[in-house]
Amino acid sequence: MQAYIVRRVLALIPTLFFASLIVFVTVRMIPGDVIDLMLSQNDIGASKMGREQLEKALGLDQPMWIQYGRWMGAILFHGDFGRSLWQNTPVNEQLLQRLPVTFELGLMALIVGLSVAIPIGVYSAIRQDTPGDYVARSFSILMLAVPSFWLGTMVMVFPSLWWGWSPPIQFVPFSRDPWGNLSQMIIPSIILGCALSAITMRLTRTMMLEVLRQDYIRTAWAKGLGEKLVVARHALRNALIPVVTLIGLQAPLLIGGAVIMEQIFVIPGMGLLLLDAVSQRDYPVITGVFLIVGVAVMCINLIVDLSYGLLDPKVRYR
Amino acid sequence: MTAPLLSVRNLSTRFRTERGTVRAVDGVSFDVAAGETLAIVGESGSGKSVTALSILRLIPDPPGKIEEGEILFEGRDLLKLDDAGIRAIRGDRIAMIFQEPMSSLNPALTVGMQVGEPINLHRKTVWAKALDKAAELLGKVRIPDGRSRLSSYPHQYSGGMRQRVMIAMALACQPQLIIADEPTTALDVTVQAQILALLKELTREANSAMILITHDLGVVARYADRVVVMYGGRIVETAPARQLYKTPRHPYTRGLMASVPRLDGDTDRPLVPIEGQPPDLATLPPGCAFAPRCKEAADRCRSERPPLVESAPNHFSACFFHDRLAS
Repeated sequence: MQAYIVRRVLALIPTLFFASLIVFVTVRMIPGDVIDLMLSQNDIGASKMGREQLEKALGLDQPMWIQYGRWMGAILFHGDFGRSLWQNTPVNEQLLQRLPVTFELGLMALIVGLSVAIPIGVYSAIRQDTPGDYVARSFSILMLAVPSFWLGTMVMVFPSLWWGWSPPIQFVPFSRDPWGNLSQMIIPSIILGCALSAITMRLTRTMMLEVLRQDYIRTAWAKGLGEKLVVARHALRNALIPVVTLIGLQAPLLIGGAVIMEQIFVIPGMGLLLLDAVSQRDYPVITGVFLIVGVAVMCINLIVDLSYGLLDPKVRYR
Repeated sequence: MTAPLLSVRNLSTRFRTERGTVRAVDGVSFDVAAGETLAIVGESGSGKSVTALSILRLIPDPPGKIEEGEILFEGRDLLKLDDAGIRAIRGDRIAMIFQEPMSSLNPALTVGMQVGEPINLHRKTVWAKALDKAAELLGKVRIPDGRSRLSSYPHQYSGGMRQRVMIAMALACQPQLIIADEPTTALDVTVQAQILALLKELTREANSAMILITHDLGVVARYADRVVVMYGGRIVETAPARQLYKTPRHPYTRGLMASVPRLDGDTDRPLVPIEGQPPDLATLPPGCAFAPRCKEAADRCRSERPPLVESAPNHFSACFFHDRLAS
């Protein structure tokens, strides 16, 4: 087990290397140069710096491979993601500030998603073809069909029209006011979680139906177990194995969805940071965010692979 | 005579399919006395497994349904019990052993937990004690080193070992009746005999009755006290095992015997298969279900269904010519 984890972590290194390379190069391929943007803005234009001076000051005059080397070197040896081209603040600082917010949103959405998807999926399977099952299935199709940005916008707009109430947009950090923070995060989490729950619910239902037809479930009934124990002890664990895989695959989706939710609900997470950085072509910020997201996705997948072992005793980590 | 332990009366189980209603079990009646081993014999599709599942009401509904009949167990009709009532019988008073040891154990739970589960459930024993008992049971079914085996999983066991685990599980609450549905069909021939001998020994030791479902008449000869032969969802012949062997009184039983190789007796004797296919239960003929395959069949057999009559003391046959067959 330990050897397996060590090997998996070592395998992350080449993956991360290629990811960083791709991130670094593609960011610079976004049309529109940061220098052009800066020169077109009055305040910098006023300082009368020429294009060359500006490039030199920002270190953008070097060939790209040297820039990459410097960037990578700083991260590897000093854990330094560089400085923002615009604000000249350390990217580390911004990431540290924004990362927990997005992480919180993602985690809450995941919790909401799973606690909606798994019970409803199980219910839908054990009461197959009853009205309850139809309602649950229709709900999941609806959640799949409705884009979360639309739902988010509706939640922002309609309550304010009808009741003069809208979700709070003045962000409160968790450390200052946990309750206020949670009540602010819960609405985007529910919207994001419901979107994610649709597929998870369908898969849980399908797997549950599959497992309930197995011989060992008949054995469980023959022992005299009640429905609760048959489902919870004998069926659920076997049915959840593919569901865990799906959760791993949804991780990038979760982060993508968080970006949109942060924009709609004005939550200062990595998504909002990224969006601003992209529109300003703030290369170090963009690459920093991407790299962190990449690491996060890889870690989630490692956790998913490890959790198979908890569910399926046939899995051996070698 | 004391009342039998289990008395099945006029049991009919039907399945709704796309091709219409199939009578998988049609008007079946038999008794099992305490401590007795009753074999139910028949080909695939003869209704023997459905009969077994019907006793514990394990028929998936839909599509299946027990349409009528009585299943009296210790004087109570199992078909009239509520959910909690039948659950209290299952695994405690009547236990079941299934055909496929490979798929009948839960792959995600330890062997100890699966064997100890009925004890924990029915005896309200705490898990630690139930696991002690499970270790003891594993020893009984000759799985060496039972205690350390408790934490292993079914995939670490061979087919024969898994069937031993199934037997241990069935014996857990010392049931009065064990229903073994083709317990050895999926196993190697060498293992089959061991498992059956073990099953017989342990049921005798616990003084449990057993319903042994099989398609193998060789098995019946060695282990059963009485035999029920089923064909097309009905009983065609029932008799004490020895008597059935000596003088079968139904052409189907005779056909079955002729098609089984025997090691005692004449080994040069050719095996005679029963011609034709088992009947399609959705479209049974109006007369005797076996008539299309029967060499003895007369016109009467095709139009009229022969009733099950007592042809000799304790020996029932559903053939119009049962007397002629005996002589």
